[in-house]
Amino acid sequence: MSQTLAAPAIPPAADLQSGAEVLLRALKDQGVEVIFGYPGGSVLPIYDAIFQQNAIRHILVRHEQAAVHAAEGYARSTGKVGVVLVTSGPGATNAVTGLVDALMDSIPVVCLTGQVPTHLIGNDAFQEADTTGITRPATKHNYLVKKSEDLARIVHEAFYVARSGRPGPVVIDLPKDILIGKAPYQAIPETPHRSYRPATDPDPAQIARAVAAMKAAKRPIVYFGGGVINAGAAGALTRFVRKTGFPCTGTLMGLGAYPSNDPQFLGMLGMHGTYEANLSMHGCDVMLNVGARFDDRVTGRLNAFSPGSTKIHVDIDPSSINKNVRVDIPVIGDAGVVLEALIAAWDAHPAPSDTQSVAAWWRQIAEWRGIDCLKFTQTQGRGDTIKPQYAVQRLYDITRELGRETFISTEVGQHQMWAAQYFRFDQPNHWMTSGGLGTMGYGLPAAMGVQIAHPDALVIDIAGEASILMNIQEMATLAQYRLPVKVFILNNQYMGMVRQWQELLHGGRYSESYSEALPDFVRLAEAFHGVGMRAESVDQLDDVIRAMIASPKAVIADICVDQKENCFPMIPSGAAHNEMILGAGHNQRAASITDEGLVLV
Amino acid sequence: MTTPAPNTSATISVLVENEAGVLARVIGLFSGRGYNIDSLTVAPVDDGRGRSRINIVTSGTEMVIEQIKAQLDRLVPVHRVSDLTREGPHIAREMALIKVCSTGNDRAEALRLADAFRARVVDATTGSFVFEMTGSTEKLDAFVELMRPLGLAEVSRTGVAAIARGTRVI
Ligand SMILES: Cc1ncc(C[n+]2csc(CCOP(=O)(O)OP(=O)(O)O)c2C)c(N)n1
Repeated sequence: MSQTLAAPAIPPAADLQSGAEVLLRALKDQGVEVIFGYPGGSVLPIYDAIFQQNAIRHILVRHEQAAVHAAEGYARSTGKVGVVLVTSGPGATNAVTGLVDALMDSIPVVCLTGQVPTHLIGNDAFQEADTTGITRPATKHNYLVKKSEDLARIVHEAFYVARSGRPGPVVIDLPKDILIGKAPYQAIPETPHRSYRPATDPDPAQIARAVAAMKAAKRPIVYFGGGVINAGAAGALTRFVRKTGFPCTGTLMGLGAYPSNDPQFLGMLGMHGTYEANLSMHGCDVMLNVGARFDDRVTGRLNAFSPGSTKIHVDIDPSSINKNVRVDIPVIGDAGVVLEALIAAWDAHPAPSDTQSVAAWWRQIAEWRGIDCLKFTQTQGRGDTIKPQYAVQRLYDITRELGRETFISTEVGQHQMWAAQYFRFDQPNHWMTSGGLGTMGYGLPAAMGVQIAHPDALVIDIAGEASILMNIQEMATLAQYRLPVKVFILNNQYMGMVRQWQELLHGGRYSESYSEALPDFVRLAEAFHGVGMRAESVDQLDDVIRAMIASPKAVIADICVDQKENCFPMIPSGAAHNEMILGAGHNQRAASITDEGLVLV
Repeated sequence: MTTPAPNTSATISVLVENEAGVLARVIGLFSGRGYNIDSLTVAPVDDGRGRSRINIVTSGTEMVIEQIKAQLDRLVPVHRVSDLTREGPHIAREMALIKVCSTGNDRAEALRLADAFRARVVDATTGSFVFEMTGSTEKLDAFVELMRPLGLAEVSRTGVAAIARGTRVI
């Protein structure tokens, strides 16, 4: 057959490197410094190439799920794309939970998976899995590299897709013959992507409508989410909120985008959000949502969500608009660009804002704040049981007093909510938690990724005793790389969040939620070459926290806390924001959980 | 109680990069999010740029249809999403091959109706006809219903191909 198509410019054979070398070169050009990975047969050529270079560091995890969470922690704390390398088959399937986690929380990750050689694909070869098929709904996008000449282009494209628009995980499936065979290199393209070009600049008409609505607002609220952090727009958000004098509240993912100690911040909203945040959302007349997605944890019962308010929704992803909640003024664009535009339009708008009404609104909010919904009682007698809230509060106070840069990750459960409620974040990118997927086992590997990126910082995983066991093997990784991550376990000997739901919704039948046969966490830490410590009563707490922080090694601090404590306030599933349950010590009628609510998670 | 929003139908054309897995991505989006696919066609459109056109007929509330379009549009290999139903007049056609097995009066009646519907006979034996027919989904449906008592044996349909009227292109 004669060649009729123009042949692609393939350099002479002498200039060709192996696919694995081309891959590493592309990663290097993308600014990659660290890869979290685990080897296996199909990726050995990549490991061989890694061995022969020094530009990129490889961190050997102990489970592929942890590699992805570590890359997420790295990405969230640096704003860069996290990179993962796993082998074919089980390596790839083990990574799937991490990928979905990154997808749900919009975290940029590129995951390289090994694959059997192209001629064996589809043959049920050893360690073959249909990785692109399995990960299609688990990623923002995925690629199977079938031709060597596509390799470099695909790698560059994968990074572009992972970090552009609404960020997310991207998989590149790499058959072994592609890695071994020669491949041409291609530099990062300067031309725009063929089809994927998310809009970042908002429509000025929508900005004008949004500002007009906010200038006229009597009971405004700003509600922000993780999109603000992804966009690097925390500074712009803070300036805008301060300029308007409006109250603001953040989602679990958004914490840190606005300084938590600022009086204009009402705390987190949603299922375990504060009374004042949720009632303000319910009673507002104008709501500005920046980079949040009206998640069901935030809205509660949809048909009772913030009735009667004018809703402005700023999002980079048009599919987030009108997905759950009908909004009046959609603004599609990058949160940073939009906030700058809002600031400019606010200043330029001739009308003054309704400061009198807003002042009255603040008086109402002050009344709600007066309820002090996060109050709890900690007795200080010798041998008294530690309240989990108190443990987090002391952890916060002591880290603050020490003044070290502190990053917090969490597992999933009550401890996660207490961390969100009682640890206060003044900066973005210092809080890593699995919001959308709610993945137990996230916190330890995520903390590991953070510590790799910030070797001198204090990195603490606030954990539950059940969750921590889901990726406990990463203690070995901490030991190998001398990463002084601190694991702060709020040990209530229950899957506390499950126990709480069983208490409130299933007649106190604690089916399978007791953490039976727990390991001795102190000795466990020691077995992993770390330091173990325990606080059994309130008088021991501060000493343990201080010793934990002072230790140059990885530490597990086993904090024995009240087994029966519940996480409040709580909006039960299927209830509205104004039907919140407050904790003991607040006299308020409990909202009833409807049958409809019972089917919700 | 609020009354549920009514369902409407939409014919959506999607211009995609002609790459492996793109159809699976579109179908997976519909199944994963519980959207309906009433009809789906896909074929390369020869514009020299390696693109394919997918035509989807779907139904749902206005909010769901808006979601479907936004979800399709954010797929990486998607170039353009066009809601032909909402963006102006359009033409939608499908083709069907319809096999009718009958004799005597039924056979004669089937042929008469085929003629009235402008269906072509593309295969005939003493005991069967295969009709080829092109038209709107409704017209095809009507013809198939008429054939049912007359020995309808098998139907093979292409699904809808659609395009905007006039000079408008997607
Ligand atoms: C991988 C995974 N499996 C199951 C769940 C469901 N789940 C949510 S919270 C929870 C209990 C967590 O217990 P623990 O880690 O001890 O935290 P606590 O709630 O006691 O603070 C469970 C099982 C989950 N979120 N993730």
